[in-house]
Amino acid sequence: MKNVMVLLTCVAILTGAHPVKTAYDVGDTASDFKLKNVDGRIISMSDYKDAKGFIIIFDCNTCPYSKAYNHRIIALNEKYFSKGFPVITINSNDGSGDSYDDMVRIAKKKNYNFPYLFDETQHIAKAFGATNTPHVFVLTKELKVVYIGAIDDNARDGESVSKHYVEDAVNALIVNKPVPITKTKAIGCGIRWRD
Amino acid sequence: MRTLSLITLLLVTYISAKAQKADQINLKELQQVISKPSDKVQVINFWATWCAPCVKEIPLFEKLNQMNKEVEVTLVSMDYDLDPNPEKVYRFMTRKNLQSKVVILAERNPNDWIEKIDKNWSGALPATLVINTQNGKRKFIQKELHEGDLEKMIEDVEN
Repeated sequence: MKNVMVLLTCVAILTGAHPVKTAYDVGDTASDFKLKNVDGRIISMSDYKDAKGFIIIFDCNTCPYSKAYNHRIIALNEKYFSKGFPVITINSNDGSGDSYDDMVRIAKKKNYNFPYLFDETQHIAKAFGATNTPHVFVLTKELKVVYIGAIDDNARDGESVSKHYVEDAVNALIVNKPVPITKTKAIGCGIRWRD
Repeated sequence: MRTLSLITLLLVTYISAKAQKADQINLKELQQVISKPSDKVQVINFWATWCAPCVKEIPLFEKLNQMNKEVEVTLVSMDYDLDPNPEKVYRFMTRKNLQSKVVILAERNPNDWIEKIDKNWSGALPATLVINTQNGKRKFIQKELHEGDLEKMIEDVEN
């Protein structure tokens, strides 16, 4: 009995001392991933040898917020890929309309100029702490998280945006300045988790 | 006399078949709903007509609203952020014949107020807040609820 108690105490101490971190905060270092792209290739951030950082966006086929931001995400990649900050989108949603085949179809239809990766196990969304779509994580080359949140402050109308959160974060990284706003929140579609 | 009855009947039928509407409220008014002292437990659901899991769980709130008179259910539509025209919400309410109280949160710039509703909320829908203003206990869940989840949340905020 005593041995069992000792064992239980050890387990408690061990698990307490090493909490499983399930969501990144600003300042944390992200782990790389290996996910299947819509073109069949397996993609990791380490594949981008010349990148100076990354714009990681958790996205969805069916979410109206994702649809509202489709063109803005394409524009982000057009603007920042050549500056060393590629956009990488990840779909972690479970359920109808968001299968791998659906992703392939949508990426083709909308002419995605960036990877659209399938997070079938939802492990990557959980590791990042992504909760809704589109949910952005701006990382440095060393994979340090410098921004978490929305693309901008106007989901309804891209023409009426007053704060370009992601652009401001990446522009700051480009000139080695601190990111002005590191965290924002926005209404969005909750990622559909497997039960 | 018979004509009058007929007119009354027609009028009643017309009114009950008429489109349902919801008040548009601002953040301050929503905060009053959340924090007003009440002997009823407040059950506040954040939803939108475009959100499939929200639409799926609404019957749970409708059932609770009908069965449990100890709680007050408020369905807060978040449709305004993408579409300020409330007609879609009205049509949804009418089609589903919603009996619970529905309000539309008419506020821009969610980054300014999401945390003021609950600090644990990322802004993802659906989300549900259950509050007992008598003992100050609150419970917030940011995902689709299933049968029994609401009852569990209500139990958690009771003494």
